[in-house]
Amino acid sequence: MKSLLTMVAAGALAAGPALADLMIPDLSYRTGPFAAGGIPFSDGYQDYFALLNARDGGIGGVPVRVVECETAYNTERGVECYEATRGDNPLVYQPLSTGITYQLIPRATADGIPLHTMGYGRTSAVNGEVFSHVFNYPANYWDAASVMINVLLEENDGSLEGKSITLLYHNSAYGREPIRTLETLAAQHGFTLNLLAVDSPGQEQGNQWLTIRRERPDYVLFWGWGVMNQVAIQEAINIRYPLENFIGNWWAGADHDVASAGQAAAGYRALNMNRLGDMPVFAEIQSHVIDAGLAAGDGTNLGSVLYTRGMYAAMLAAEAIRTAQEIHGVADITPAMMRDGMEALELTNARMEELGMPGIGPEFAVSCADHGGTGMAIMTQWNGTEWVTLSEFIAPDDSVTQPLVMEDSLAYAAEAGIEPRNCTDS
Amino acid sequence: MFYREAGDYKTSYAADSQTFPIAFDRFRYYAVLLIGVGIIPFILNDYWANAILIPFLIYAIAAIGLNILTGYCGQVSLGTGGFMAVGAFTSYKLMTAFPWMDMVTITLLSGAMTAVVGLAFGLPSLRIKGFYLAVATLAAQFFLVWLFNKVPWFYNYSASGQINAPERFLFGQALTGPNADSWVKYLFCFAFVFVLAWVARNLTRGAMGRQWMAIRDMDIAAEIIGVNPLKAKLTAFAVSSFYVGIAGALLFTVYLGAAEVGEAYGIQKSFLVLFMIIIGGLGSLFGSFAGAAFMVLLPVALKVLLVDTMGWNTALATHFQFVIVGGLIMVFLIAEPHGLARLWALAKEKLRLWPFPH
Repeated sequence: MKSLLTMVAAGALAAGPALADLMIPDLSYRTGPFAAGGIPFSDGYQDYFALLNARDGGIGGVPVRVVECETAYNTERGVECYEATRGDNPLVYQPLSTGITYQLIPRATADGIPLHTMGYGRTSAVNGEVFSHVFNYPANYWDAASVMINVLLEENDGSLEGKSITLLYHNSAYGREPIRTLETLAAQHGFTLNLLAVDSPGQEQGNQWLTIRRERPDYVLFWGWGVMNQVAIQEAINIRYPLENFIGNWWAGADHDVASAGQAAAGYRALNMNRLGDMPVFAEIQSHVIDAGLAAGDGTNLGSVLYTRGMYAAMLAAEAIRTAQEIHGVADITPAMMRDGMEALELTNARMEELGMPGIGPEFAVSCADHGGTGMAIMTQWNGTEWVTLSEFIAPDDSVTQPLVMEDSLAYAAEAGIEPRNCTDS
Repeated sequence: MFYREAGDYKTSYAADSQTFPIAFDRFRYYAVLLIGVGIIPFILNDYWANAILIPFLIYAIAAIGLNILTGYCGQVSLGTGGFMAVGAFTSYKLMTAFPWMDMVTITLLSGAMTAVVGLAFGLPSLRIKGFYLAVATLAAQFFLVWLFNKVPWFYNYSASGQINAPERFLFGQALTGPNADSWVKYLFCFAFVFVLAWVARNLTRGAMGRQWMAIRDMDIAAEIIGVNPLKAKLTAFAVSSFYVGIAGALLFTVYLGAAEVGEAYGIQKSFLVLFMIIIGGLGSLFGSFAGAAFMVLLPVALKVLLVDTMGWNTALATHFQFVIVGGLIMVFLIAEPHGLARLWALAKEKLRLWPFPH
């Protein structure tokens, strides 16, 4: 495995000067029950790189080559995609699936390729001492759970004593991630937590909503994805659950999730890790990419919630490439240099403004020990025709999530036999 | 001309009753083994191993297992995915509880555990048949997946319910985990396939296999001539589950490395293995291999052809893949309802007469 990689790396170096490019694999899913979320994200991810190529001639003068591979949100096909693209000097993987992320964490680490799991994947990858090649900035699931509870605390004058909160979740690694945090928070703030699992793909939720109708919890927190979101929102409308008390995470708050219910879904709230609305960069993508016929999709997703997030992910990758180029002084970087770039990434408001997406995310800096960013998120609400931003970036309660991160990451290190790096020296 | 029996004399009963009585067949079998052990491990690259050969070998074991139950004994089962999950979770629990245990023992014990579970779910087969049995095994599928989701002990109380295979070594070579070389994983699976297929071949042509086939063809008649249906059906369930459990264990430990029960061992897996034996041929070992190869290779081959060679966009290619695989399945079943194994047998018969067909 190692020897093959060095051979491939040697081959790539030998061929380097002739056809230098920065290879970014895009493990997308445009088919299957989760395609509704996969298509706009992948469009945004690819279109931003297309914009950099068309407008600036790539990053640092080296063009970006995006290689798309269809996973259909299936872990076995995700592995196949990883194996198919691995030999091509890929700079960073962005699988957009928690299940595939769990497959790729040990493989990518062994192969020395960084993995960016933005707001999904394994939460405890925040601990860079254990997960050297995995990055989940700017936020993760435990941050999301904590931010949601912080918002509810504020609305209830600082106390959730005696309240009942139900977590409705996709019965997979993705949906189960926030449970531990919410259990800790429930013990801390004195609310009761009920768990309702929905089996993948999530079209059948009648039973769960019957339970919600009977028990009438004060709040329903929602970890859904794909077709599951539309069904849940329709079911909530059907049982006349007060929609402003039904709060989705950032994967359950896109345009297509509420579009089918339309006006009836007004009031539904969801977190978001990036800001929405018009930005100067969209006009540039429209003129340089979509009008030039270079768009990954049909161009209709431009500016939608998940398109914006895909573009944000691409921007973070591009900035990490730029950082890596500065650190190592070469334009045609390797995956190992990319990892250094991601670890030294620093995003400021001035830089985001310069890139044409002012305030799209919070300011954050990645470090050797902390791969997780700030974890801040905004609250948005569907008003019947569009998503409205309700708040500024809200911080999670790090005193709750940090001990859990340490506990889980050290348990992983023990199970997988990893000796944690020491980050204090560097 | 190339494929004939003339001049192939047998001088003993053992020679006459061997698995490959025709010399050409026998040499071809030896050649396949030689290529599998002596050549492929040296030229294998990671993509071929991890995307094609290892899944093919593992699914071949599962298909042989299901073929024993459905093809030889006539008991329809839709619980394959659930039984594979039993194998996977048994090996996970053994690997984490007894770190000193070697992978061969773990894999065999996982198969044995699955055989016990299979026996329990095979009990209803004594009272119900056909569609009703299919529904009972479907219940096993859903029950087992629910169980492995519900009871945190099975996944060692991890936050996400995912199970991860820790690194284990065999003869000093890493076999599981990210640092395992693909040739080690390939040879490990190849050895299991070789032994299990050899055992299955000899089981099915011995007394036990004849009892299974008697039950399959007409259970009342079989009982009258002295076949014990309790013994025949339960042995078929146990042996079949043993194979399926080993396939499930290998899928988790060697191939995937991390698994989530609902996604990796859901109902789709049961259907996938069932399609393999229907397309390959019920009641045929060759059919199990052919079906597994068909279902594993075709999507990869189509992807290589449509996306990498012809440059189609990935979504269109995936949609076409559904159409083409579905269409091919229908064409195969209409043209040859007995599957690829029957096509192979017909081809052999034609070759024996060639170039003078009558």
